[in-house]
Amino acid sequence: MSETGQQRPPQRRSWGSRLVVLVPALWLAAFFLVPFLIVLKISLSQTAIAQPPYLPVLDLAAGWQGFREFIAGLSLESYAMLASDSLYLASYLRSLEIAALSTMMLLLVGYPIAYGIARAPRRAQTVLVMLIVLPFLTAFLIRIYAWINILQRDGLLNDMLLALGLVREPLTWLSTDTAIYIGIVYSYLPFMVLPLYASLERMDETLLEAAADLGCPWWKAFWLVTVPLSLPGVIAGALLCFIPIAGEFVIPDLLGGSDTLMIGQTLWTEFFANKDWPVASAVAVALLLILLVPIVIYQHLQMRALEDR
Amino acid sequence: MRRGLSAFNVTSIALGLAFLYLPIAILVIYSFNASRLVTVWGGWSTRWYVALLHDSAMLDAAWTSLRIAFLSATAATVLGTLAAAALVRAGRFHGRTAFSAMVYAPLVMPEIITGLSLLLLFVALDADRGFWTVTLAHTTVTMCFVTIVVQSRLLSFDTSLEEAAMDLGAPPLRAFLTVTLPLIFPAVAAGWMLAFTLSLDDLVIASFTTGPGATTLPIRIYSEVRLGVKPEINAICTIMIAVVALGVVAAALIGKRTELARVGADGRGG
Repeated sequence: MSETGQQRPPQRRSWGSRLVVLVPALWLAAFFLVPFLIVLKISLSQTAIAQPPYLPVLDLAAGWQGFREFIAGLSLESYAMLASDSLYLASYLRSLEIAALSTMMLLLVGYPIAYGIARAPRRAQTVLVMLIVLPFLTAFLIRIYAWINILQRDGLLNDMLLALGLVREPLTWLSTDTAIYIGIVYSYLPFMVLPLYASLERMDETLLEAAADLGCPWWKAFWLVTVPLSLPGVIAGALLCFIPIAGEFVIPDLLGGSDTLMIGQTLWTEFFANKDWPVASAVAVALLLILLVPIVIYQHLQMRALEDR
Repeated sequence: MRRGLSAFNVTSIALGLAFLYLPIAILVIYSFNASRLVTVWGGWSTRWYVALLHDSAMLDAAWTSLRIAFLSATAATVLGTLAAAALVRAGRFHGRTAFSAMVYAPLVMPEIITGLSLLLLFVALDADRGFWTVTLAHTTVTMCFVTIVVQSRLLSFDTSLEEAAMDLGAPPLRAFLTVTLPLIFPAVAAGWMLAFTLSLDDLVIASFTTGPGATTLPIRIYSEVRLGVKPEINAICTIMIAVVALGVVAAALIGKRTELARVGADGRGG
């Protein structure tokens, strides 16, 4: 408070401004960073029939000796298990495949919508963006549940197809990959449309007019002008979808089949059904390592967006 | 971007909105279905809403969820607004990159990883799992969403007002509370709303961090849904949608009023 007399120094360091940084930083360190270190530690432990169900447990009271025993007790056994059992590898690959394919679908579905909104009159744009965000605010679980109503064997989709005479007997939709893709595209659409819209909306329209004046056909102008200029939005949207989809649990669990599990389901099963905390932790650490590159790129984009303005 | 819509633009917007809203509309309509069979239409009825009133387990879960959502959204709004102020206003403080990494990471982090890590933290601390652990977990995850919402408002905010207040002798904290905060209030309120609905909605993180006696609504719904579609679930979902829709409309109105007040003040000032 003592620095109020200064003329807007660029680096104000009152206790107040320090607190503004410190409080959220300490909170996130305690509830976001430290928990990851614990996951890492438990992934190096072994399963035990005890409470908590893993060994070794760091006994701070035992001092240096306890710490040495603790370090000696760590093992890579859980990771060896991940590597040796092809079930885990298949699970990771399937998650990445579903995440990649559905991100592409989201781009194909989201781009025309974002493009349309960006071309609408200003006033309509606000309303349309609101309409895109609104379903995101109504519970995620409810929206997946709504699709069960539609996709089940005697559900509305089959009723409609039968009534239209398109199929002779009801098709199986639920518990298929198709259902997973529908659920994912449905749930993540706002995450794709909003960044795309943000970059398309900022685009300079005269560039397209210039291209047209110079005799460039519209599709070529779209490909050579619009698409490159919207690339930041494409990358942001793709990352915002790809990363969480790779770890998705609810959608494949409720809409998908039971043959090959996504990695989120595998982690859930290891933890809740098998009570194997070390392996569940190792699954989480490996997933985080796989997603590290996209997460770092995403962070970088966020930081740049912050600096640009 | 050029104004004026082609037929293609209109079609893609219309199809997109239909895709987003039809499943919800169907769910709402079928919650008023008289038939026990979820797929057969048996005329209009409110019997599932009445049945819901007698489902004490579901009501308990809803009450638990509302309390958790209220507390965690409030805490998340305070922390998230502070984090946004730190990112936009505090300049280049030491460790800013690490700080922003911690703020942005929870946004994309798969819930299953966040849930597991928070549970293991609570186990390591030997904390009793239940109401408070879920509240803490939700605060941590949703504060980052608040930060994003408030940060975008702060970035477009005219700092000269705040600086004028400080030049006139207001301490930074007071300048922020009396000048900046009222002006960014719509964004803060929107952040609170977002945090509230995210908390009300979360299944994965709550499943990991809860304990006996604190079943949240999504956990309850999830266990029912796994057993098959039930008309009561349609009814509770419809109520949740209505609550959220009302909240969003209210937030939009508050935003508009503040916006109007600002226009009015500007008009008087000029």
